[in-house]
Amino acid sequence: MSATQVHDTGEKPTFYLTEDHHPENSTMLGFWLYLMSDCLIFAVLFATHGVLGRNYAAGPSPADLFDLSLVAINTAMLLLSSITYGFAMLQMERNAKMETLVWLGITGVFGAAFLALELYEFYHLIHEGAGPTRSAFLSSFFTLVGTHGLHVTFGIIWLVTLMVQVRKHGLTHENRRRLMCLSMFWHFLDVIWIGVFSFVYLLGVLG
Amino acid sequence: MHRAAYETILDDPMFGDISLTQFLFGRLTWEAIPYHEPILVVTFAVVALGGIALLGLITKFKLWGYLWHEWFTSVDHKKIGIMYIILAIIMLLRGFADAIMMRIQQAIAFGGNEGYLNPHHYDQIFTAHGVIMIFFVAMPFVTGFMNYVVPLQIGARDVSFPFLNNFSFWMTTGGAVIIMMSLFVGEFARTGWLAYPPLSGADYSPGVGVDYYIWGLQVAGVGTTLSGINLIATIVKMRAPGMTFMKMPVFTWTSLCTNILIVATFPILTATLALLSLDRYVGTNFFTNDLGGNPMMYINLIWIWGHPEVYILVLPAFGIFSEVVATFCGKRLFGYTSMVYATCVIMILSYIVWLHHFFTMGSGASVNAFFGITTMIISIPTGAKMFNWLFTMYRGRIRYEVPMLWTVGFMVTFVIGGMTGVMLAIPPADFVLHNSLFLIAHFHNVIIGGVLFGLMAGVVYWFPKAFGYKLDPFWGKMSFWFWQIGFFFAFMPLYVLGLMGVTRRVSQFEDPTLQIWFVIAAFGAALIALGIASFVIQLVVSFFKRDELRVTSGDPWDGRTLEWSTSSPPPDYNFAFTPVVHDHDSWYDMKSRGYERPLEGFKPIHMPKNTGTGVVLSAISVVLAFALIWYIWWLAALSFIALIAVSIAHTFNYDRDFFISAETVTATEDARTKLLAERT
Repeated sequence: MSATQVHDTGEKPTFYLTEDHHPENSTMLGFWLYLMSDCLIFAVLFATHGVLGRNYAAGPSPADLFDLSLVAINTAMLLLSSITYGFAMLQMERNAKMETLVWLGITGVFGAAFLALELYEFYHLIHEGAGPTRSAFLSSFFTLVGTHGLHVTFGIIWLVTLMVQVRKHGLTHENRRRLMCLSMFWHFLDVIWIGVFSFVYLLGVLG
Repeated sequence: MHRAAYETILDDPMFGDISLTQFLFGRLTWEAIPYHEPILVVTFAVVALGGIALLGLITKFKLWGYLWHEWFTSVDHKKIGIMYIILAIIMLLRGFADAIMMRIQQAIAFGGNEGYLNPHHYDQIFTAHGVIMIFFVAMPFVTGFMNYVVPLQIGARDVSFPFLNNFSFWMTTGGAVIIMMSLFVGEFARTGWLAYPPLSGADYSPGVGVDYYIWGLQVAGVGTTLSGINLIATIVKMRAPGMTFMKMPVFTWTSLCTNILIVATFPILTATLALLSLDRYVGTNFFTNDLGGNPMMYINLIWIWGHPEVYILVLPAFGIFSEVVATFCGKRLFGYTSMVYATCVIMILSYIVWLHHFFTMGSGASVNAFFGITTMIISIPTGAKMFNWLFTMYRGRIRYEVPMLWTVGFMVTFVIGGMTGVMLAIPPADFVLHNSLFLIAHFHNVIIGGVLFGLMAGVVYWFPKAFGYKLDPFWGKMSFWFWQIGFFFAFMPLYVLGLMGVTRRVSQFEDPTLQIWFVIAAFGAALIALGIASFVIQLVVSFFKRDELRVTSGDPWDGRTLEWSTSSPPPDYNFAFTPVVHDHDSWYDMKSRGYERPLEGFKPIHMPKNTGTGVVLSAISVVLAFALIWYIWWLAALSFIALIAVSIAHTFNYDRDFFISAETVTATEDARTKLLAERT
């Protein structure tokens, strides 16, 4: 073994650093891991929808229920909010506090519009008697889409909190790190939504 | 049609008709207090008196401030690790009390004798036993060790996210509190430890038992997932310079794999239990028998978490055995590389075997064959590990100290459990053995023989590191022999009974010829009780003999990894200077190449500040869970808002760190220098 050879030579290497040692910051890795764990929650919900999504229990099917043009507008809102978040991050890189806040605000408005449309859709479905208790298909539909919606809601609460913090303390090191985390979270929700849009709505309507 | 939680309100003729008490207390009434169950009343009296005595003592000795500032709010990974292990030991006593009650019941409930536990009570006991032993004994025990040891082994000053660590601990404790509450307020689930629907659905389990189960696990699950993320980030990012992945100590390797499994599986448990709660609270149809629901979906999902979970528990135990074997044989671990690969292979394979828990589902020969084969394949890397430990012992200078005894006991016991596991992995055999006592014997064989023996070895091995004195070896050996012999008496009869077709979770028996086996098993449980008693006596005796057992060097066992290079107990900052690593047995390498402890030139050390937010958030979560269990909707809404408000308020605190001054570091290190000089 190489180690044994080394200590035969009696050579004495450095065994400690005399200078201060700063390990690399782990926030991005930690947050990424959190996102992957969240992704697994969605994976379970997608899998459940995959298994139960055709169990209509003699009730309505996706083709009877979904209004694809509404969902298209909804999707556009969320995708646009991702772009505007990107603009906010570009402004952050340029150290422009006001512009960053403006773009974050616009992102929040798009997010809220997305939520409002989703709530309208839910209200409409429940009103038609197609609520989450009607069939296993509707249970899995409401849970998957609703969980995504809850995430967006928390994202907006987080966004507002961060806007207050940026206003108060400026684009400090901590706040930049937090904006980075929220950015990852926000784009992650976008990716999940693309999955929802394709597998739940489009494939659902195809039957 | 089943009734969901919200319907209890909507069914009222008018929403406004519900009485004030119903609004204030939900379904919580005096009936929920089990004063008509003498066993519970006595237990409650004992717990209450003990609790009052403990609180009185803490007040008398004015320890509240000390506990709050030094422990409860601490973000120090070492203190959090110790608190996890204390939690695990307390819950072990509760879980074992359940075990011994079951053993006594089954030993006497023959030939018309109903025993002393009615089925209603017995069903709660076996559910609580499983839930507590897995989630609140084994998990916090393992997490405690990983917290305590991993940063020390990789030469770090703390974990990546110290506040998150404190928060995770308190969430785990919150979950334990919720489970314990069910003992005296309401009831616990009567469904078995995994709460299979439709039995656990609103139709067949309308009471609060399953809700206690769900919310207890959800609250604890948040803590577990976050602690998993924290430890992965720590191991990946905070290793000392020079410590490449293939120079990490084996315990750190197994911890890494375990935490990857935690992050890859606990979200599945969270989501699955969330779906079950939607079925119960909202009236959805995921796992119901009607309207398109599919109960087998739950059973698949829960075992996709559940199977990796057993590897989450056993991998760190394998890590402990690896450290112990290398240390007490005075040799490098045989086949370090193959040990690492075996661990990783087990980690991956553990994810693709879940269906062997329900071969009887009827998924067909091909599916069953696939999962049977993957299951059998897992025994290959596990066998490789066994040979690595054996070859490490081969021609080593073995010191049979207590940790080594547990290790040898493990090797003998675990191999038997592994072989019965391979038997169960054969689908046709499983059709006979499914849900029989053979299965019970098998998993206790691997969990006690593998996980518990490992944890016990770990306690004795690292105790001097944490507290500065060794544990008394006499009581340690007593504990080991009682556990070892008690285990065989308690579980070998269950193999026999299982082969005769006796199923699990039965509280009374007809066939009198079976009784003798249950009596032997109860005798075994009594021996194990003596083993646990010896363990507790060992802690007490060692505390009183601590001056005699004192470890001044910080390295009582002639250890090989970095945690033994610092003092015992280690200072708050772990290492005055960050170590530089050249080999995987880095402390052995340092000792053999003439390492000299630095005596001067200390610098201020950057450390995180303590915070009480973790305690507060966990307390609010417990209130939220309680409100949801008892349908006290106003309280649920209020505590949910409080939870968010406190979390947000916490983020407005930017002042989170401080420096330990160079003078303090110098004083601490000088004290150690003096201590080391006195020794020689």
